[in-house]
Amino acid sequence: MTHGIDRRALLMGAAALPAAGSALAQQATITGAGATFPRPLYDRWGAAARDAIGISLNYQSIGSGGGINQITARTVDFGASDAPLTSAQLAERSLLQFPTVMGSVVLSVNIPGVPDNALRLTPELIIEIFFGRVQFWNDPRLVELNRDLRLPRLPVSVAYRADGSGTTWVWTTYLSRISEEWRNGPGAGTSVRWPFGNGARGNEGVSNIIRNTPGAIGYIENAYAVVNRMITTQIRNKAGQFVRPVPETFLATAAAADWSAPNFAPDTIDLALPNVWPATSPTYILLPTNPVADRVAGSRNTMRFFDWAFRHGSQIASSLEYIPLPTTAHDLIRAAWARSVRDPAGNPIWTPSAA
Amino acid sequence: MSASTSTFPPVGRRRRISDTGDRIFAALCTAAGGFVLVLLGAIIVTLFIGALPAFERFGVAFIWGTTWNPVEGREEFGAGVSIVGTLVSSLLAIIFAVPIAFGIAFFLTELAPGWLKRPIGTAIELLAAVPSIIYGMWGLFVLVPFVQKNIQLALGEQLAALPLVGFLFESTNFAGTSLFSASLVLAIMILPFIAATMRDVFDQVPAVYKESAYGLGATRWEVMTGVVIPYTRVSVVGGIMLGLGRALGETMAVTFVIGNANRIATSLFDSTTTIASVIAMEFPESLAGSLQQSALFAIGFLLFVISFAVLAISRWLLRPRLK
Repeated sequence: MTHGIDRRALLMGAAALPAAGSALAQQATITGAGATFPRPLYDRWGAAARDAIGISLNYQSIGSGGGINQITARTVDFGASDAPLTSAQLAERSLLQFPTVMGSVVLSVNIPGVPDNALRLTPELIIEIFFGRVQFWNDPRLVELNRDLRLPRLPVSVAYRADGSGTTWVWTTYLSRISEEWRNGPGAGTSVRWPFGNGARGNEGVSNIIRNTPGAIGYIENAYAVVNRMITTQIRNKAGQFVRPVPETFLATAAAADWSAPNFAPDTIDLALPNVWPATSPTYILLPTNPVADRVAGSRNTMRFFDWAFRHGSQIASSLEYIPLPTTAHDLIRAAWARSVRDPAGNPIWTPSAA
Repeated sequence: MSASTSTFPPVGRRRRISDTGDRIFAALCTAAGGFVLVLLGAIIVTLFIGALPAFERFGVAFIWGTTWNPVEGREEFGAGVSIVGTLVSSLLAIIFAVPIAFGIAFFLTELAPGWLKRPIGTAIELLAAVPSIIYGMWGLFVLVPFVQKNIQLALGEQLAALPLVGFLFESTNFAGTSLFSASLVLAIMILPFIAATMRDVFDQVPAVYKESAYGLGATRWEVMTGVVIPYTRVSVVGGIMLGLGRALGETMAVTFVIGNANRIATSLFDSTTTIASVIAMEFPESLAGSLQQSALFAIGFLLFVISFAVLAISRWLLRPRLK
């Protein structure tokens, strides 16, 4: 009896083999490594693209620094970084940099009795808080700004990312923009010298501190805040408006950005426009401009993958709380692929028909 | 001669056992032993080579420098805060753990009825087998809120008002993740090692010594302090050093609860950092060949040196017992 089943299974397996073989031949795999922030999106894009265009993505979210290291060593097809690289860094490593989506950093608080997106904060007060100079939440400056809220006498605890992260880069860039003291003090980077507060690992670690500590405030990635229903705040932007961390203000930032900026690194932090969220920034892909012969196919498939994602992936991105780029940006990126990425013979790898 | 051959049944030539197998086996074992030394040496050399740019840039001052600034363009690194954090959290853990470990060992060797010794002994060994990440999670989700609500918020102001020692408890950090929480978690983690070592060495005290002391009318406490501890003092210290060695290198559990702030803690409730935490936090984002990565190698090298010294001392102290 068992023998019979075994034989049948074997026969079926043998019959299935040629089919499996041809399916494998159509499947191309590209490998990428880098930022943790876009990982959920790239995973979903990868699953959808495997069915749609037969390219499966193996993405390892080892952190932006690791991604830059790996693509510099050319062990993957593309790297991913939250913070843009400078022209010099890109030239030194022969890399092309282009954005895929944008993400926002929001402030989350735990003040009993304060509902979501109710607390208003000005840049000046944010700086005072992150320097540790606001001792209690019923500080007169906070109370005056939030007359409709009852702010308790709770000590202010600041929570920050202790691991190096693009989220920290965006937030400290914002802090450096709004305060000269911060710019000359801790400065902006993937990890900085925090003058005050507690560090934790990842968005989940910071959120955990915020949830556990009455009186805590910290910055986290918006997608994480939405999914985990964290209490966020309003911030007064450079145009003087109090804005909420909602898709409209994020999209306004994406639309206002100048995507023709060199290396696709437009200044999107603290724009002086109405209705823009001040801490929104793109996340980037790093692609070698001079792939070696056996990486040319991987390079072409990487561009095909992101071309597909730009055409069909915006819905997925929005559903995961990422901010899709405007189509004008997509066209500029395709033009850059055609212009910059060359195979060893010097021919462009990306041609519009390659899609 | 011929008679003997006729009386005994004829035997063939005795099979000679070749010693090739022995030699191969011996060579393999020697290689395995040598491999450990090579591995250890290679790790030290790798760490040192990685650390060289940082040591060259900052010199000996790297060891006590308290600035840790990875921001591009203004990089400056010093291991002072993390070294102090590592040593202080480990020493506090020892202070918390040793009295309890002593109690456990005393109970198991002198007081416990025979049927209870084995379950408690097994429980201690099981405690040693719990992965450190579990202690970290438990610390973050249970211990930290407890310290924050029931110790710091409830007693913090009264403790801070104490004369002389009040400054130890005065802090503006109310998150609960602090040096104190980290030391508590570490204390629980090293408790089984110290308790097990103490129990074993207490057991090795010859019964005749203790019986003589009892015969002279000594109480249990007098036997413990007058006979058992003097007899085992060196080994007990060795066991404590063993626990210290483990506490120094503990990474994840500490990272979860210490607050990861590169500031010297002036109070038990302040957040600070340890060498292992800094490496765990910053290594993935550091660029290959950057000064930051070199500085991380450098503090790794210093941690290696500190742990090596502590373990060497503990081995040396435990030596008479291990013979």
